Amino acid sequence: MNLNLIVNGEKKQFDIEPNEMLIDVLRSEGYKSVKKGCNTADCGTCTVLKDGKAILSCKTFAASVEGCEITTVEAMGQNGPLHDIQQVFVDESAFQCGFCAPGILMNTMEFMNDIQQREVKVVPVSEIKERLNGNLCRCTGYEAQLSALKKLVVKYGGEVEDE
Amino acid sequence: MSDRQFKVVNQVEKKVDINSLVRGKSVYTEDMAPKDALVVKLLKSHHAHARIKNIDTSKAEVLEGIECVLTHKDVNQISYTRAGQGYPEPSPYDTHLLGEKVRFVGDTVALVAGKDLKTVKKALKLIEVEYEVLEPVLDFEHSMDEGAPVIHDQDDTVNIYDASRNLAQHYDMSLGDVDEIIKNSDIQIERAYYYPKAQQVPLENHTAFSYFDDKERLVVVSSTQVPFHARRILSHILEMPIRNIRVIKPRIGGGFGAKQGVIIEGYCGLVTVKTGKPAMLVYDRQETFINTYTRHDMRVTVRIGADKEGKVKAIDMHALSNTGAYGDHALTVAMVCGSKTLPLYNKVEGVRFVSDIVYTNLPNAGAYRGYGAPQGLLALDAVLDELAYKVGKDPLTVKEMNTMKEGETSPIFKIMGEGREGVEQIVTSCKLDKCIERGKELSEWEGKFLKYKDSIHSEEAKKTGKIRGIGCALAMQGSGIAKVDMASATMKMNDDGSFNLMVGATDLGTGSDTILSQIAAEELGVSLDYIHIYSSDTDRTPFDVGAYASSTTYVSGNAVLNTAKKVKKQILENAAKLLECDETELYIENGTVKNNEEDKSVTYEDLCTKLFYTFDQMQIGVTGSFVGDESPIPFMATFQEIEIDLETGQITPIEIVSVVDCGTAINPALAKGQVEGATLQALGASLYEELTFSKKGTPTNASLFGYKIPDRTSHGKVTVELVDSYEPSGPFGAKSVSEIGIDSPTVTLLNAIYNATGIRFNKVPVSPEKMLKAIKKVQG
Repeated sequence: MNLNLIVNGEKKQFDIEPNEMLIDVLRSEGYKSVKKGCNTADCGTCTVLKDGKAILSCKTFAASVEGCEITTVEAMGQNGPLHDIQQVFVDESAFQCGFCAPGILMNTMEFMNDIQQREVKVVPVSEIKERLNGNLCRCTGYEAQLSALKKLVVKYGGEVEDE
Repeated sequence: MSDRQFKVVNQVEKKVDINSLVRGKSVYTEDMAPKDALVVKLLKSHHAHARIKNIDTSKAEVLEGIECVLTHKDVNQISYTRAGQGYPEPSPYDTHLLGEKVRFVGDTVALVAGKDLKTVKKALKLIEVEYEVLEPVLDFEHSMDEGAPVIHDQDDTVNIYDASRNLAQHYDMSLGDVDEIIKNSDIQIERAYYYPKAQQVPLENHTAFSYFDDKERLVVVSSTQVPFHARRILSHILEMPIRNIRVIKPRIGGGFGAKQGVIIEGYCGLVTVKTGKPAMLVYDRQETFINTYTRHDMRVTVRIGADKEGKVKAIDMHALSNTGAYGDHALTVAMVCGSKTLPLYNKVEGVRFVSDIVYTNLPNAGAYRGYGAPQGLLALDAVLDELAYKVGKDPLTVKEMNTMKEGETSPIFKIMGEGREGVEQIVTSCKLDKCIERGKELSEWEGKFLKYKDSIHSEEAKKTGKIRGIGCALAMQGSGIAKVDMASATMKMNDDGSFNLMVGATDLGTGSDTILSQIAAEELGVSLDYIHIYSSDTDRTPFDVGAYASSTTYVSGNAVLNTAKKVKKQILENAAKLLECDETELYIENGTVKNNEEDKSVTYEDLCTKLFYTFDQMQIGVTGSFVGDESPIPFMATFQEIEIDLETGQITPIEIVSVVDCGTAINPALAKGQVEGATLQALGASLYEELTFSKKGTPTNASLFGYKIPDRTSHGKVTVELVDSYEPSGPFGAKSVSEIGIDSPTVTLLNAIYNATGIRFNKVPVSPEKMLKAIKKVQG
């Protein structure tokens, strides 16, 4: 069957199987940033944005996102300067193996958009942790990522409230 | 040290590969596979112990899109070990790529390769297997029982200690009359501690693909920690000369020991050899849990004799280790259990270490960060903690008074290596005292230790239902395996004054490509962007044993330093000729060779361009190697504060402070990241990480749903600090830092529970259920 999507701003039509998952379609169409860590919706490495909202592409039927706008980390640019979100994670040495990075960056993008749009700008540290809690990382111990996220919250107009 | 001025080393430089990682580029194994690669999958056993009587693959073979179906009947039975270690390997040869017997639920029965996953999965279901089901051995404490079923009864094994008793390997050493000393000591303590079968859980599952290149040589691209060992082992099991095999490791998504073996590469390679076509095998998460490696779960018994002051006179340690179905890393992990813990307490008059490593019909144990040391330390430190309470002293005081100091040694260094004898060594850098001092401050140890002691009986506990506790532990590790681990590096100079650095070393995400580049840049007086590193390709980089045993910074780092020194010498020699002066008058600064006396200088760019085109034409370049004469020890002091909910038994880690002496941190941000990540892995094993099995040996939680690893909300704060230290034999003073962080946070949790409640658990993980049960008992 045909699937019509807007992927990273480009109109696309893919030929898919009715039972195919979004992650498999995206990866086979060359969006290799989308990673399969568990395939049981437990690790967050497959996170992409669907119409701006973070979803797990390993538990999403491709057919169910017909007509939607899908964003993967490739949208942040494949050359030139890094996106602000990428840059802050890099500055904080917040990734080691990097396998979790695309999912974390996508989830963070949704979070930052949310901070920009909402009225209450105070963001407790507990909220930062909760928002990204579905994105596991086995290398870093999360400390450097937390400090990157705190900086990003401020950069996007929020105010971090420490625990 | 503070008086040493570094420009590139000891600085927080960005990882050299970081941009491609955050851009999501196709840099991991699976991203790079050829589109037409055959999909390979394995048929797994549902029995824990069985002999394959018959396999009928005819229905699977005729399925449209299936290229090959292979069983033990289709391959020569070659025994080997999957363990990626120095050769000859200390691990027993007890494994076949496709064998006649299955030894755990999930063991490989057959292999299918076809055009896509759907077809391959269908074919797997069409294979009919007739088993002779055998009684399994599932409890490692009964593996050696009289009459227990024999797991390895085949006749082609090599180096199994006693197959008839399921004893994979055995080790013993003794110094002094341990029994007599303990008998005559004022205080005797003997306790057994259990460490669980935890899994490494790298986020990238094991992945490999293979193809024949334009010269018809087999190329295997793999998420491996050990490309050179992989090439050697593949040569053995595929019966193919080493010269016809090339192994490449791209970026990989974590390893932690789980990828220190040739686990999947053989199956892809076999399919390519049989069909001539590219083939790829990607494990799913369940396979990574069950079919790769786990930690060796152990029962470690420690018996000590001490005086009334808390001075330890003798230590007797016995480790019963469960290697599972095969003996990968069996002996070496067990030896590290003793050799990376006992020397810490070097004031004893006698010490004994004995280990039995037994087979069971459970998934294979293997390498996992810490490699035996966390198991050994769990028992040893907990017993010293108990001793402190017995003699009425602060546990930190007792541990510190018994521990090793700078300039000292331990006879164990010479006696115990890994899989063989070790080497003598004087500990030339030990800032454990500074680690303790700083850790005490950061954790507010003294105040809190007394405040939280027996807080279970406090008024506060009755009021809030919550109590706190604090525990401490000291740890050591090594830096590579002395006289065994060898690394090398090749450098060549380019006509813009930059350098290519080729290393066999293996970056698992740890950042070793970055720190090795920093070492080269420092020595050659250039900025980091003038070093272009290429690593882990058996055709294009020189030999390195790979990433394990905390070896990369020290062993591969020294190889890079030796190489850079030689390159520097070539630069000075050629500059002296060009500038018509004596080499000894020259020095290097910011990519330029300068003269002490006169105002003569030449930039690297000018020099190399002239050497390429016009002057005394030649290529500057060289290969250098390093093998350690010793294995310098990083040290660490850990302090852990926890909160226990008396209503639910829930334990929440509030803060873990680890202060580390790793010598010079080549990249302090990456070094701290190593310890922080390791801390959480230890925490997981303390509180919930354990693979579980049914009574028939079937895995019951082999998914990230069933097997939880720490997330962002599972703990409070992790504080890591590095103390000022300089190891004279290390590259720019560096020692290792990748493993030590995992050694102590498990026992500090048990010590903290004791501090708050007086309950001494002898087994991790401590679940809320177990904690609650114990609380109820204390409260009556």
